[in-house]
Formats: sequence, structure tokens, C-alpha cells
Amino acid sequence: MANYNHSVLLDISKCKGCTHCLKRCPTEAIRIRNGHAQINAQSCIDCGECIRLCPYNAKTATCDKLESIMDYRYTIALPPPSLYGQFDHLDDIDYIIQGLYDFGFDEVFEVARAAEIVSGYTRRYLRRPDAVKPAISSACPAVSRLIEQRFPNLIENVIPLLPPVDVAARMAREKALAEHPELKSEDIGVCFISPCPAKVSYLKNEMAKGRSNVDCVVSMADVYFSLVNTMDGAIEPVCSAQTGIIGVSWAASGGEASALFNDRYLAADGIENVIRVLENIDNGSLPELEFIELDACTGGCVGGVLAMENPFIARARLQTVRHYLPVSRNWNVADDMGGETSIPDSLFMREPLQYSPPASLSDNMMEAFRKRARIQRIVERLPALDCGSCGSPTCQAFALDIVNGNATEDECIVKMRDKMQALEEEASHDGP
Amino acid sequence: MTDDALKFEYDISGENFASAGEATMRIKKELRSLGFSPTLIRRCSVAMYEGEINMVIHANGGVATVLVYPDAIEIILEDHGPGIPDINLAMQEGYSTAPDAIRSFGFGAGMGLPNMKKYTDEMRIESELNKGTTVYMKINAE
Repeated sequence: MANYNHSVLLDISKCKGCTHCLKRCPTEAIRIRNGHAQINAQSCIDCGECIRLCPYNAKTATCDKLESIMDYRYTIALPPPSLYGQFDHLDDIDYIIQGLYDFGFDEVFEVARAAEIVSGYTRRYLRRPDAVKPAISSACPAVSRLIEQRFPNLIENVIPLLPPVDVAARMAREKALAEHPELKSEDIGVCFISPCPAKVSYLKNEMAKGRSNVDCVVSMADVYFSLVNTMDGAIEPVCSAQTGIIGVSWAASGGEASALFNDRYLAADGIENVIRVLENIDNGSLPELEFIELDACTGGCVGGVLAMENPFIARARLQTVRHYLPVSRNWNVADDMGGETSIPDSLFMREPLQYSPPASLSDNMMEAFRKRARIQRIVERLPALDCGSCGSPTCQAFALDIVNGNATEDECIVKMRDKMQALEEEASHDGP
Repeated sequence: MTDDALKFEYDISGENFASAGEATMRIKKELRSLGFSPTLIRRCSVAMYEGEINMVIHANGGVATVLVYPDAIEIILEDHGPGIPDINLAMQEGYSTAPDAIRSFGFGAGMGLPNMKKYTDEMRIESELNKGTTVYMKINAE
């Protein structure tokens, strides 16, 4: 957790040092220093807001190139359900799956299939007497990171199940090994098509820890252009989609929750709304609920910053795609001896979330108190405009930066202007 | 000990029901950056949140003052509302005078004051009819 790698990157040559990202970063992870943005790796949750907001496209998400996967002997694509909402006039998922085969993948395994499995096990998890309620979904990695940073008391509410992408990657690899005994695990390249930088970062970190079944993560935008070219509809696709309404619905906010067949849920989307809901749960001020679905992006995963289409249009398209599908096509294995609350070990996270506050003022509490008192004194001298011109998102954050030795008080341009005016006045009084 | 105290003051607006809870959110952030434990932060935030909501529902807002010491947190909530006629009765679980409109938001279950007592080490209420109410709460760091 301490060394979490990020996929959100800055192209310094494009960054003008404006305050768009600075002001809107939900964790105040950005500062403008030396004329360009800097991202604090400890606070960044990879939500992608800064990529979305940057008028100069200076922020990007580092993903693997689609071509790099072709080095493997056997390649598997993992398309997420949010991909299904990206294409116009599409009424059948089979066209997308066929497009991925035509592009060169040997196998396509829908993440939505794993989502249906995860939904099934979440229903079981909620029946467990030891499940901490309200149970919070663990599917959005930006939300999980936020909880680790700011909501230590909610960590045990997070459902300890793996997100669908991990489950899909394992199922796809096991399936390939079973169907092709000539293959070794290292011959297989599993490629996830990501709608957002948070999932890219999550998977990259899991890979670095050597415990991911995913080998490469590409941007949905990258795949989109390759796909529209291959998906010309000239050939009738093979009937291969194996997802129902539940799996497809995971793509948009509320989908995961509605799959639980339980009315006592709440679904919130958009990072600011997510923060507000988490604050409410933390204060114990929510009505009694069983399940909380939280998506950092507006609209859910269809609103991911790497997706092409407007999230509301994508969501409307999913309604067409879902038409005539069965409710679910992937069911939990029936062989569980543990009854209706049993969940196989392979579905659980490898380690629980850990409280990792972005940086307290000091490890020594007395020193932290002294620093905080200094911040208060500095804030009282500042204009309280929160203009961001100094390079810090608010006057309070600026005071913190001064106390930490990362800024000086005369970088405040409002104070500078007042000083200039005072000097001018002085000069005019002294004049002849 | 007073020398070490950090003092935070928040105006609790009685006008805007939707903003109730803002002060709690801000004090939580302060306590986190000072390095207090999650358990202490939780106790403070529940106690303060309940108090904040009470001030908004019953007293048209007020002022919350939080004194933070390395070993304790003191929360003082002052309002100029109608006052509490019978404090012992108000402290009983389930006793509530909240109007129906407030209850429909899920508040007013009569657990506010009992919860504040439960999550704090010291609590005392001073109230005068038609003058206002002051609630003192203290939470010791473990």
C-alpha cells in the first residue's frame, strides 16, 4: 500500500500550470510548482478527474499498447460490460466479441460473466451473520483507495470479495489451460480492456505483487478505434456472448446493487457524491441498509475517463443490448457443502484493505499540534479566496505547504497585490 | 494543558438542513491529520454529528467549538433554541420531539442524546427554556 503505483501521468510539455485539476482533485493530491502540476503519489486515488478536466490533455493514463499482447502464444481479451455501451446501432454483444476475435485474440472472456458470479456470492455474503452492514462494494478501486485513506472505520464494511476482473482473469486462464493441454501458463496472455485509470493502477499493482492473472491492461479508447474498423458487420458473428442482464448492468451505476434482489441498497456515483455517502455511513447517519454500491465515475464504469461515449448515452445503449437477455447466465457452483453462505477461497481478496492516511502533520503528536497551530495563524493572514494562484488548492492547503517548507507566504498573489498597492500609496505620499 | 489546545470553531447553520454534518466532516479531517486513532475519530464524529443534527433540527443552528488536546477532545455545542424542558426525559432512548418532516429523513429516532452519551467519557447539558442549550462533551484518548 505504501508503494502504490499510479497510472495517472503528466506530460510536462503540455501542462500550462493552470488550476483546473488543482481545484477539483478530490483528495487535494495536486500542487502547481515550477509552472506545472505535480501529483502526490500518496494521496492520489487514480480517480481520473484530472484527466477528464485538463483542457490541454496534459494528463494521461499509462496503459499497455494493444500490440504488446500479441507476443504471447495464446491471447485472451477480457472486455468489461462498459465496452458494450460504446457502439452505435449495436443490438448484440456478439458483434463486439467477434470484433475482438477478428482483431487477433484467440479467446474472449467477458468480465460480465465473472460479475454475475460475484453478484451470486455477494448475495451469499450478505446472508452471513458476520457480514458487517452496510456492506460496501469492493468493485471500484478508486473508492477502495479512498476508504483506505480516509475512512478507517469503514474498512471492515468493504466486502472482501475480488472485483469481477480478477475473477474473470482466473476463470479465463483456467479455461484455456483445460481446453489446450499443450499450453503452459506463461504462454497465455490475458488482456483487460480498461474503462478507467483506477482499474489500470489496481491491476498493475497486483501484477507487481505477482498475484494477478492479468498480463496486460489496455485503454478502452485504444481498443475502440481498432474495433470500429473490424466491426463492420460484414460477417455474421458467431453466437458467443454468455452474459445476462445482471452482468451487462454492472457497467452502469445501480447495476451491481440491483443484482442482489434486495431493496435495502444505495447506489451513488461521481466521486464527490461517493465521499458524501461515505461520510454519512461513517457518522452512522444512514437509514438501515444492507448494501452500498459506490462508483467514482458519474454514471458508473460507463463514465470512466478512458471510455469514449458520454456515460448517459452509453447507459441508454446498454438498455438496448440487454433486451431479450436472460436475467443471468452464470451461476455459482452448486457443489458447496457449506450451504447458502459458502464462498470459495479463490473469490476472496488476497489481503484486507489497510488504513493508510495520506500523511499526518507529523509522526510526533506534539509536533503535529505545533504545526497545526502555525497553520491556523497563517490562514488568518491569508485572503480566504481559495483562488489556487499560489499553486495550492485552498488557502488552508497553502498554509500547510508553508508549514511543511514547500511554499512561502509571499507566493500569495493577493497579498502581493496588497503590498504593491501599499508601496504605491507610500510612494505617492512621499512624492513632490 | 490549555496551552496545547487547538481550538476549532464552526457555525452550524440552521437554515440549510442539507449542510448538517459539514462541521463533523471538517473536524474528522483535522483529527486525522493530527494523527489520532481511528477509534477516537469515530467516537468524536458520531457524538459531534448527533449534536450537530440536534442543533439544526431543534435550535435553528448554533456554534460548535472543539478543543483538541493530545490526550482528549472537548466538544462544546451552543445554541439559542427553545431549550430542553426535561433533560432526564430527553436522555431516554427513543424519546423524540422531532417533527414528522424531519423523521421522514430518517432522523428523530430519539437516539441522538443517548448516542452522544454512549460515545463520550463525559457529557453534561445545560439548558434554559427559551434561552438555549449548551452541551459539553469530552472524549479521552485511549
